[in-house]
Amino acid sequence: MTAEPILTISGLNVDYGTGPTGVHALRDVDLTLHRGEVLGLAGESGSGKSTLAYAVTRLLSPPGVITGGDVHYHRPGAGPVDILSLSPDALRAFRWQELSIVFQGAMNSLNPVHTVHSQLTDVLKAHRPAMRSAERTARAEELLTLVGISRDRLTAYPHQLSGGMRQRVMIAMALALEPEIVIMDEPTTALDVVMQRQILRQLVRLREQLSFSVVFITHDISLLIEFSDRIAIMYGGRIVEQAGASEIYRDPRHPYSEGLLHSFPALHGPRRELTGIPGTPPHLSAMPAGCAFHPRCGKAHDPCADQIPVLARPEAGQDREVACWLHTRPA
Amino acid sequence: MTTEQSAAAHTGTDVVLEARGVTKHFPVRRTGGDVLARRRRTVHAVDDVSLKLRRGTVTALVGESGSGKSTVARLLARLYPLTAGEIQLGGEAVGAGRGRSFRTYVKQVQLIFQDPFASLNPVHTVRYHLTRALKIHGRAGDGDADLQKSLAALLERVQLTPPHQFLDKFPHELSGGQRQRVAIARALGADPQVLLADEPVSMLDVSIRLGVLNLLRDLKERLHLAILYITHDIASARYFADTTLVMYAGRIVEGGDSETVTQHPAHPYTQLLIASAPDPDRVADEEAQEEAGSGEPPSLITPPDGCRFHPRCPKAMERCRTEPPPRFDLADGQWAACWLYDGAEGQEAGK
Repeated sequence: MTAEPILTISGLNVDYGTGPTGVHALRDVDLTLHRGEVLGLAGESGSGKSTLAYAVTRLLSPPGVITGGDVHYHRPGAGPVDILSLSPDALRAFRWQELSIVFQGAMNSLNPVHTVHSQLTDVLKAHRPAMRSAERTARAEELLTLVGISRDRLTAYPHQLSGGMRQRVMIAMALALEPEIVIMDEPTTALDVVMQRQILRQLVRLREQLSFSVVFITHDISLLIEFSDRIAIMYGGRIVEQAGASEIYRDPRHPYSEGLLHSFPALHGPRRELTGIPGTPPHLSAMPAGCAFHPRCGKAHDPCADQIPVLARPEAGQDREVACWLHTRPA
Repeated sequence: MTTEQSAAAHTGTDVVLEARGVTKHFPVRRTGGDVLARRRRTVHAVDDVSLKLRRGTVTALVGESGSGKSTVARLLARLYPLTAGEIQLGGEAVGAGRGRSFRTYVKQVQLIFQDPFASLNPVHTVRYHLTRALKIHGRAGDGDADLQKSLAALLERVQLTPPHQFLDKFPHELSGGQRQRVAIARALGADPQVLLADEPVSMLDVSIRLGVLNLLRDLKERLHLAILYITHDIASARYFADTTLVMYAGRIVEGGDSETVTQHPAHPYTQLLIASAPDPDRVADEEAQEEAGSGEPPSLITPPDGCRFHPRCPKAMERCRTEPPPRFDLADGQWAACWLYDGAEGQEAGK
């Protein structure tokens, strides 16, 4: 893995609504995606993980507003592109071509009254106007084969496909223009485990072939540990810990990461009593002061209730960051 | 106390609810072509399912979506009439009647649904939901003081304390976990012997799922309930259930002690399910599982002949295509409906 960044997010803030009723969905999010890497983004509902995906792709619709921060895309061999200030035309060219997104509900992302063929070629039609119809069809067939669907399904309508196949079509569409970055927002949550594994395995294979980078968003941290290179864990709109997948698994530093890991019963090894995390995730409109996790945290101490911990390296020289007063001293 | 000890100490042997050869076929709406061809199609949602729920034990029913596991719960709750088979409560067959016999049945067998956002009425308070359950099942007592006491006891039982903080809340004021606890309290309002929990935690946030599962286990131990835990997550079945049944395409394919089923799965489908489950401990044996099988569950309108898993099964034999396999008993009370275990030939193949 090279350490060359391809997407850098710094100090990103997103609010839903403005004025006194507005809530902060994302606060000071710093995140870097490196070339060829699978970055896992884990968190519970309301932690801001999907908001992050929407903000980065500028798909955030009102009342969501980006109130601060930068998102830069580093095109190979060219200067950084500021995504947040792209003109509508440039943005349209940027999407799908450089960055694509696979949404959570494959069932709802495909248009039910159009065939797979017309939806796949639509992307090509918009971005490659010079392509001829026969070429587009050939490319669509190639894409379907790539994700493991036989090419005769090209004429099928979405309702004629199973959930797993629909999700594969969405992945094929995301890969149509061979983008550098693919953002996947809970791509397999609606699928069964067997199908989930098949699709993930395929994704790993495709990534080796086409070498794109992936931001993989899910609430299932045990899946991420197996599948991603690096994991960022979100809670209450902030990133609370960021480290390599195996480091998170073997040695979680943030009490929330630890609790999350202990919320999934293991399939192997000794059976042990698990407790989950007491309490419930905070609501965006009533975010606790200080560290958002402190009311649920068993290790909360003095500074936690009123000082917000900063994301920092727990020990110098380590390639991981954690936002917790257990590991950093308040200033 | 470890899980094993508690399970051993409380495992009763008396069967409360039993299903024998329960079958449910749903008719498919006929199209013009069906009428012309004089064809009546049915969805074979559940075929020949037999299971026993014992007092003080949790039985998990694991399967993918569309395997018929929720239909089994609804059949056991008598929300649907059976196509064939029999349900016995406390050793006595129950009829198909509605009316009074249905209400006595429901008093014993309560169902908890997957989605606590949908199963509670948004315009009523927690107090209303619980009072209604108590009144319907004749447990409200005499006068208001009794009722208040019962309401408080119910909420305490599901660890919503102090009760007065929750009684007058509306569902939208509660979190998902709290709502599911209210739904459980409502089911307990009938003082049932059996709880049918249909994916009780899959709609909840991951960090609070275990809290609800631990609550259900605590209830099982204290109230000696028989619980049917329906789930797609086989790891949670290992954690929470005493026995596990695996369902595929409308049939139960394997059953036994949860630990045995998850550690030594016998049926190729169970093996596939376990190989597919996310597991951080698994390192780089990806290639090894490639052969575990692929494909998708079959259409239940025209299920495959013989074993329903044979089109996906890497170990399918000629016989699997024609004859549906019966149960074969293995060691430690485990059984599998798979021809691999028929007599001596199976001893080797299972390894």
